[in-house]
Amino acid sequence: MSLRRTPFHAFHKEAGARLVDFGGWEMPVQYTGILEEHHGCRARVGLFDVSHMGEVRILGPRALAAVQHLVTNDAAKLVDGQAMYTAMCNERGGIVDDLIVYRFGAEDYLICVNAANRDKDLAWMRAHNPHGAEIRNESEVWAQVAIQGRHAAAIVQQLAPAVDVAAIATYHFAPDAVFAGIEGCVLARTGYTGEDGFEVFLPAGAADVAWHAIHAAGAPYGLVDVGLGARDTLRLEMKYALYGNDITDDTTPLEAGLAWVTKLEKGDFVGRDAIVAQKQAGVPRRLVGLRVAERIARPHSPILHGDVVVGEVTSGTRGPSVEANIALGYVPTALAAVGTALRIDIRGKMAEAIVAKTPFYTRPT
Amino acid sequence: MSYPNDRRYASSHEWVKLEGDVATIGITQHAQDQLGDVVHVELPAVGKAVAAGEGMAEVESVKAVSDIYAPVAGVVVEVNGALDGNEGMINSDPHGAGWMVRLRVADPGAVAGLLDAAAYAASL
Repeated sequence: MSLRRTPFHAFHKEAGARLVDFGGWEMPVQYTGILEEHHGCRARVGLFDVSHMGEVRILGPRALAAVQHLVTNDAAKLVDGQAMYTAMCNERGGIVDDLIVYRFGAEDYLICVNAANRDKDLAWMRAHNPHGAEIRNESEVWAQVAIQGRHAAAIVQQLAPAVDVAAIATYHFAPDAVFAGIEGCVLARTGYTGEDGFEVFLPAGAADVAWHAIHAAGAPYGLVDVGLGARDTLRLEMKYALYGNDITDDTTPLEAGLAWVTKLEKGDFVGRDAIVAQKQAGVPRRLVGLRVAERIARPHSPILHGDVVVGEVTSGTRGPSVEANIALGYVPTALAAVGTALRIDIRGKMAEAIVAKTPFYTRPT
Repeated sequence: MSYPNDRRYASSHEWVKLEGDVATIGITQHAQDQLGDVVHVELPAVGKAVAAGEGMAEVESVKAVSDIYAPVAGVVVEVNGALDGNEGMINSDPHGAGWMVRLRVADPGAVAGLLDAAAYAASL
């Protein structure tokens, strides 16, 4: 099977990016180097192609009921132009995917899903649609870029002069904006880096125009193209979960530290009973941040307390901005307190690890 | 990409430069490029004896970890302490300041059995 390509693929090749298979997509893992791209995003501004993400539209008079049934967070609290992060769970309370839900109108929601879960999510939503809302796959309709970093707002403002970009609060968006002369764009103040920034949805056919315009507007600010490698180091420094690593069909929102997007009082939703039961019985394990001495822990490295294996690492990297080796992993709740001393078996050698306060990275003020 | 003629190369992407019976070893330009930004290096203890083909060091980048094999047998006489905190030298100057280990080799003739620069470059 050949790898899928985003509308920006030719630009990645032209830039000399190293392309890898990411969940069936041929995506840039790095352009000039992970550290340079990471620091470029933190210090200035970075451009990410995130067109591999999927988009699903929920429409009609039962749209809100359908969304509420599918996700853990409370979509009834959203107003037009507001977005929310949420989990979507199975009946066991396991996470089918983590999503952002955008309310365009009372009968119009857009849901952004992870690339590798596009087909799974769409099938899941259609199979759990008792209210009969219209569910439309818009993944081929949209290209998507993230512009992240302290100069992101200035660049987006320059490219969308008719929009008051400063007035778009975090987790809010401008629908139907003209961006780089392209009509029908969505400017959302969201991201996966810990920096201020925007995720911009644009019609897939306009990708060429947008790429050139963003580079032209971004050049004076030192804009760098950022690949998946630095996307991972940036998100890990914030303890943002990566689906497939840190959260899966077998981890619950309570275990994953996503209780803040799990609104048990909002009414019934898929997985609620299991989550309520787990809350009452006690959450057996927690996703924690770890600072690791000397070496970099990798996914599946065993975590030990004393000589007993108590869990495993789900993500690990060198944190370029926190200047430490950092990891995420599940440990028993009794060992989840900040400061708990653990050990990680990294390819047969033990490394000291401490449960750390997260996010690991705090933006300088 | 050019590979200096003053040394030999292993198919596992280490280079070996022999001076007397001391072999200086590092990773090649190709290897550092494949690995990406190096952020951690584990070097062997001075005095450790290593067999040809034995893993003697580890180079870790943000994304991956790679074993460094001894291309020839010998005893570690020196490691590049300057890499500590300056691991990026392996990326910026892999054939020079980014060297990793010096071995006193048991059989200097074994080095000649490795690939020359042209053969290594052709293998990539």
